[in-house]
This record gives sequence, structure tokens and C-alpha cells, in this order.
Amino acid sequence: MSKMHIQLTINGEAQEVLAEPRELLIHVLREKLGVTGPHIGCETSHCGACTVDLNGKSVKSCTVFAAQANGAEITTIEGLGNPDDLHVLQQSFREHHGLQCGFCTPGMITRAHRLLQENPNPTEAEVRFGMAGNLCRCTGYQNIVKSILAAAAEMNAAQEAAE
Amino acid sequence: MNDQTPPTREERVAGLKGLGTSRKRVEDARFTQGKGNYVDDVKLPGMLFGDFVRSPYAHARVAAIHTEEALKVPGVLAVLTAKDLEPLNLHWMPTLAGDKQMVLADGKVLFQGQEVAFVVATDRYAAADGIAAVEVDYQELPVLTNPFEALESDVVLREDLEGQTEGAHGTRKHHNHIFLWEEGDQEATEQAIGSAEVVAEEMVYYHRTHPCPLETCGCVASMDKVNGKLTLYGTFQAPHVVRTVASLLSGIEEHNIRVISPDIGGGFGNKVGVYPGYVCSIVASIVTGKPVKWIENRMDNLMATAFARDYWMKGKISATREGKITGLACHVVADHGAFDACADPTKFPAGFFHICTGSYDIPVAYVGVDGVYTNKAPGGVAYRCSFRVTEAAYFIERMIEVLAIELGMDAAELRAKNFIKADQFPYTSALGWEYDSGDYHTAWNKALEAVDYPGLRREQAERVEAFKRGETRKLLGIGLTHFTEIVGAGPVKNCDILGMGMFDSCEIRIHPTGSAIARLGTISQGQGHATTFAQILASEIGIPADSITIEEGDTDTAPYGLGTYGSRSTPVAGAATAMAGRKIRAKAQMIAAYLLEVHDDDVEWDVDRFAVKGAPERFKTMAEIAYASYNQAIPGVEPGLEAVSYYDPPNMTYPFGAYICVMEIDVDTGVHEIRQFYALDDCGTRINPMVIEGQVHGGLTEALAIAMGQEIAYDEIGNHKTATFMDFFIPTAWETPNYTTDHTVTPSPHHPIGAKGVGESPNVGGVPAFSNAVHDAFRAFGLRQSHMPHDQWRIWKIAHDLGLHG
Repeated sequence: MSKMHIQLTINGEAQEVLAEPRELLIHVLREKLGVTGPHIGCETSHCGACTVDLNGKSVKSCTVFAAQANGAEITTIEGLGNPDDLHVLQQSFREHHGLQCGFCTPGMITRAHRLLQENPNPTEAEVRFGMAGNLCRCTGYQNIVKSILAAAAEMNAAQEAAE
Repeated sequence: MNDQTPPTREERVAGLKGLGTSRKRVEDARFTQGKGNYVDDVKLPGMLFGDFVRSPYAHARVAAIHTEEALKVPGVLAVLTAKDLEPLNLHWMPTLAGDKQMVLADGKVLFQGQEVAFVVATDRYAAADGIAAVEVDYQELPVLTNPFEALESDVVLREDLEGQTEGAHGTRKHHNHIFLWEEGDQEATEQAIGSAEVVAEEMVYYHRTHPCPLETCGCVASMDKVNGKLTLYGTFQAPHVVRTVASLLSGIEEHNIRVISPDIGGGFGNKVGVYPGYVCSIVASIVTGKPVKWIENRMDNLMATAFARDYWMKGKISATREGKITGLACHVVADHGAFDACADPTKFPAGFFHICTGSYDIPVAYVGVDGVYTNKAPGGVAYRCSFRVTEAAYFIERMIEVLAIELGMDAAELRAKNFIKADQFPYTSALGWEYDSGDYHTAWNKALEAVDYPGLRREQAERVEAFKRGETRKLLGIGLTHFTEIVGAGPVKNCDILGMGMFDSCEIRIHPTGSAIARLGTISQGQGHATTFAQILASEIGIPADSITIEEGDTDTAPYGLGTYGSRSTPVAGAATAMAGRKIRAKAQMIAAYLLEVHDDDVEWDVDRFAVKGAPERFKTMAEIAYASYNQAIPGVEPGLEAVSYYDPPNMTYPFGAYICVMEIDVDTGVHEIRQFYALDDCGTRINPMVIEGQVHGGLTEALAIAMGQEIAYDEIGNHKTATFMDFFIPTAWETPNYTTDHTVTPSPHHPIGAKGVGESPNVGGVPAFSNAVHDAFRAFGLRQSHMPHDQWRIWKIAHDLGLHG
């Protein structure tokens, strides 16, 4: 099958990749570009393990063709923080035991990051509703919700201090 | 500058982050940064991808498999069928339950989704093209999906067993029968029930479901023909067992097989079994000389690998008029699917189902379990429970509720009246288990008080009256459960898997500068072993948990162990860890005494050091002892500071708990709302309260799913109806309530640190708590028993059948 030339900006870095028109974004990310943070849990857009941020929106990369993302800016868990400068959410998930096996965690944090951009001061119900596209089999969500609310509070406090 | 005051004893204890500390997890750094290493992240040079042609039929003869067109597809290198595996004797494989299972369809298929051919290609897209190009000629056969009908039917499912009247677990009484397994005194039980003042009888069905971890099963097999070594990465809950089985099946010597379980994205029992994908990947790697990856998709996972439950439990329970239980009988029809691939210790084909007398002092009991073949996927694994314990807990906790109805008695009072009393432990049950410890009344009273149980009952009674007056359409259910688990399999004298005794192990090396590495025979799938096992050791050897690396899952480096399932890691490997730590301490004592120039008996252990008795200012810390052990010639003592322990537990452990669920139910829509869930767990000594709480939250949410909507369903011709997340219910954050956790502590008397294990308790206790809440809401209107899952339609149907829709 003939391949297409696809240009993506991934975590701030311009990338070019050849892919068949049928190739899914998650496979291109994981297998061609070595971005293995996002995972595959269901292939039907239900579980959210493959969540990436695509042009400022949370997207399930298992149901997007890489070709559809041509020219897009993509942020994955790898782009949210680094070992010397972790994102508040990354710290908060650890602090509040918001993960166990870790398989859903990259998608979960990537989605939470976008949720807090959309709604910087969510209620518990808004967090639960806003995270309902991401499944976790280990935690029962209680500590995930706690982690996100704590991160929101911390980010808001930092914002206020900066103003 | 050395003007610091030495740390106090309390500060030294706190610095260890040992037992009882809510230590933050060491695993989280990599998981939160997307740097986990799961099987699908493994990428080897030249790696190929294999995937299955699967049967669309539940029962059919396979007349021919045409692979020619598939082999012409660009990127396809090979297509394996049973014919290719037969010369290697790998077209069938033994199951963990003493049966055998087709690796690839050998003449017929027995369930929808069964593996028919294995296509090996350069990547997953080419493999999918190849699968589409394989043509299979099927001739449909009559399908049996009901185990009761299967036991009567002339249709023979397992033609390979025709004429065999003896199975792995005794006599087969029909060609679709697998075994009858019995425990207890049938005659005495029938007599007790026959002469009882009150008898309650009920069929309790625990439906078929699936562990469904978020990461599916998969592996990468890499045969290095130059060195003759096979490396197998996989989602294995028992890597060492996989190595032994792989060696026995393939004939490759065990030292030439290295099995690696990298990070595992949840297991819950799904990753205990040995699946055709593993065998085919190994063969494909041997055939092609290249690494071969196989990763299930979600549909494969839900259709083909390891379901759980599917027990039809017919019970009778008898009591005096005052509510003292006098006997319990249970007959189970167990639907095992097409092959008996249950993951139970060999001698227990129905697992530990005979823990079904639960928390109650029942003088006499009997269970009989008939295993049956049907046209469904094989499996029968312990989905977040210890070998059929959740079925047992659900059974007894439903029977108690039904008996309470029969007696016209409050179900909490009936439980309290029949609990095994604290002074009866160790307690031998009518079905032969020796319960190691417990204090049920204390836990129960604490739970009832915490939720204001009398207040709830008053509110419920008022609600029923308001409902009858037409003032509300919502009912209130109070779901009670007091469960007793049996975990930590197990003593080698009666617990083995494929002949391998179910001990576990820990090996410790203390480094010269006083940090350490410990390796175990278990494997974490999210439980946080790297965090908690270091805490056990920290308290035993006085080295801070932060200075101890825990490693598991690589059979080339870790000591042999039977793996992680059935809540056995803490009871067995946790015990091995403590015992290995004690060996380290014993040697350290000799070294310290030498360094302090006193007799061995004149030093005593104090948190992180040995000090001279009566002179605590004269001491050697474990770090100092470690350095000396490597660098100082000590007469009569070998250099180094290492220890290994293989721990064979003397008994199982018996965690227990009291759960109460308060549920609002809308009679007209069947929608439920969980207003309150209180979970009290007693898992003995608590290693890391934060991790325990997390385990309870997660297990309760799995229980919520099972009780309220999750099922593996088939239609009458064996079509799998729940093979995606559209149909297979996994609760989201929106549907999941907040839980209140609590605890009592009754240490296990035989475990070195008194710990019992906790990961599975919330699933075992949670399911009856949710289900009992639904039943309890309708008790006033005459409901006795209604099968799970209690989805909205089924709850609506209960209300409808009770005439509550007017």
C-alpha cells in the first residue's frame, strides 16, 4: 500500500513520518515514533488509554488516522513534564495514590491536563464527568479524582501567587 | 561540622518507612511520565507480528483451511495451523486443570473466537490482511451453551475424550461432564436439614464475567538460534511457572529459557493461564528465526482468554426457629466452557469453594460441584479472588439473606447470632478448613455502628410506607455482607499447580555501603510490590525502604516462585521476605558481636542496629555491619551479606471484612444510586495503609461492575454478545461512588509479620454487598432471589414482576 508523508509536531518537536493511509495515530506514535506513553486498551474509543492532546483537544488516538492528524500539534504524557520538572498532575497522582498498574495513567493525566485547561476550578462532579472517557480498572477513581482536585488547587494557588 | 544530635529512636523508625507507613510508591515516577515498560512497548530488531484467524462459529467442524492466498499477501511470512504444530506435538497443550486444550483448531472448533490459524507478518496491518485472506471451510454443528442441557444432550463436544470415563478428577458421568468434586458429610447434612425447624432453599447464579485488565494479554518470543536461548516477554502473573511449562512443552532445557514479565497493566487473574498465543509466538519465532510479538485486541481478550465465575449454586440452609444455623448444602453446576482451563491448585478442581460456610459456625455441611463442558470459551480463573472464593462468599451471603426472610429476622442479627466467636479460633470448619484467626463480632459491631444501622432500618421502613402511600418512587436497600476469605495458597502439602508446590521466595543482597536489592518469585501487576516489600524488609533489617530495590519477573535473576494471584504475594512471598530478612539479621548479629568484641548473645537488635545489652551507646548499624561483612576478615564467618528464603506456608490466611452498601433504587427506571458504601477490612498487620485503601477502592469498583452490569453473555447459537466496551460494562468515574474504608487488625498467628493479604477482599465482599442491597430494597415486596448482574433493565424487571408498576 502506498504511503503518505505526514508531518506532526509532537511535544514541541517537528516530526515527519511515512505511513499508510489506514494507519492509526496510536500505532504511528508508538511504533514509528517511539512515543510509547499512550497505550492501547480497547480500539473502540471507550477506555482512553491512548488519549493525546491534539490541537488543544483530548483525542483518543486509537480511532484517528495518522493522516487525519497531518499538520497537527500533539502533546502526549511525555510532553507534559520531565524528570527535573514534573507537571503538577504527575506529582499529584503520586502524592494521592492516583494510580496502580499505571496502564491508564498516561491517558488519564493527559486528559486531566486538558480538563483543567477547560475548567481550572472544577467541582468533584465536574471532574468525574470530565474524566468519564478514561477507564481505570485498579483505583476505583476515588484517588484519581482526589489527585486532580488537589492539582487544580495547587495550580490555581500558583497562578494567584504569580499575578 | 558534626554538631547534630543523633536521631531519636522514633526518628530512626520513621526514617525506615517500614511497616505501617503510607509510603509513596516508587513505581509511580515511571508510570506518571509515560516510561512504563509493558509488553507492547518491547521492540526487538527484526520483530514480526503474529495474530489469529478466529472461529466465527461456536461449534463447527473445520473441513479445510486454505492458506495459499494469505501467503501471497505482502508482508505475510507464514501461516501456522494445527497441522504445522502436530509434528511438534504442540497442536494441543495441557491446561492448568489437568485437561488439554487445542492450541489451534484440530478438526473442529468449540467456541466462538477460538484460535484457528496463526498468521505471522512484518507488522500488525500485514497480519490483519493475511487473516482476511485465510479461507476456512466450516460445517456447523449443534451448539450447547446451557450447562444443564449439556449434561443431558446427545451432542458430544469433546470427541477427543470419547470413551474416557475417568477424568483428571474422577469419574465422568456423561460425555459433556468433566468431574464431580465433593466435600463434607452429605448424609449428616441431609439429616440435619431434613429434621430442621426452618429450611431455606434457593438457586443462586453467579454469572459469567471476565477479569478484563486494561492491558490485554500478549507476549514477545525471541529464539536466539546462535546461543540456543529462548527469551519470552509476556503478561505473565506466574513467570516461573510459564518457564517450566514452556520447557516441558517445547523440550528446550529450562536454563535456556528466560521468561520476563515486564510492567503489567493489571491482571486480576486473566494473566495466570497459558494461552495459544504464547505457544504460537514461540513456534513462529523458532520457525522464522526472528522475534514474534502477539498482542490481543480487546475483542480477543473478552472472547477467548480466561473468563471467570459461571456457577449455578443450588443451596439449602437450615436453622432453628431462633435462627441458629444447623446445616448447609450446596450443589453447583459449573460451566467450564470448551476446555477445563480453570486456574486452581491441582487437588481442588472447584478451587476453595468449600470456604462457603463463610463466617458462620455451621455444624455440618456438604458441597458437590459438577464441572460441565459447553460451547463457550475456556477459563474459570479467579477474577480478583482466591480460587472460587468469591462464588462461595456470594453463595453464603445470599443464603443468609434468604434464610433471614424465611425466619422473618433481621439479616444483621442473624449473622451475629451465627458468627464463629473470637475464642473459637483456630476454628475447623465443617468442610475442613482451619481458620487461623478472626474477630467477627468486633468488626460487625463497628460496621453497624459506623452506618447507624438501626437508623437506616427505620428510614427504610418509613420509605416503604411512603412508597405505599404514593409519595415516592424510590426504595432504599441496605446491603450487608460479612465475608471470610481464604488466601495465600498455599501449603505445598496440599497446594500445587501442575505439580509445582505453591511456596514462594525472596533473595536479598545487602551491598557494602548498606543499601540492598531483593528479588522475589512474585510479580506486581499494579499492587505496588516494589514499594511494600521494601517496607517489610526495612522493618526486618533496619535499612531504609528507600535504599532497597525490589525486583521481580525475570526468571534469570529472580528466585523461583509461583507468582501473584489469589492474594498470595503478601501471605507467601511477604513471609519469605521477612524470613530472608531474619537470616540477614542472624548473620549481622554475629558480625556486630565480633566488631563490638562481645558474645553474640550480648547484643540486641534495635531498629537499625545491634547494640550491646545495657550499653546502647555501643552499637553497629546495619550499614556498618554490611561494610564489615565484605571488607573485614571475621573468623568463622563467610564474607558477604546475602540470604534467600523459600517459604512454604503452614496454613492459608483468612482475611475478613464487614461491608455495608446503602442504595437508592428508582422503581420506574431501574436506576440505582449508591448513597453510602462502608468497607471494614481486617487483613491482619497493615503494611502500607495507603496501598491497602487503594486496593479496596479498586476491588469494590470491580465488584460494583460485576454486581450491577458486567457479564459475558452468549446467544443460543453461541455468539458472544459482550465483546467490546460498548457492551461489557466497566464503570467510569461518573458511575463510581466514593467509598469509606475502615479496619480492625487481627494478625495472622502463623505469618511472620501477621499479614493476611487484602487485594481481593473487596471483590469477594463487594459483590454480595451490592447485590444484597438490590435484593433488600425489594424485600418488603416479597423478593427472595434475582440473578446478577443487576443492570437497569433487570432491576426494572424485578419491580415489574413484583407488581410495583401498578
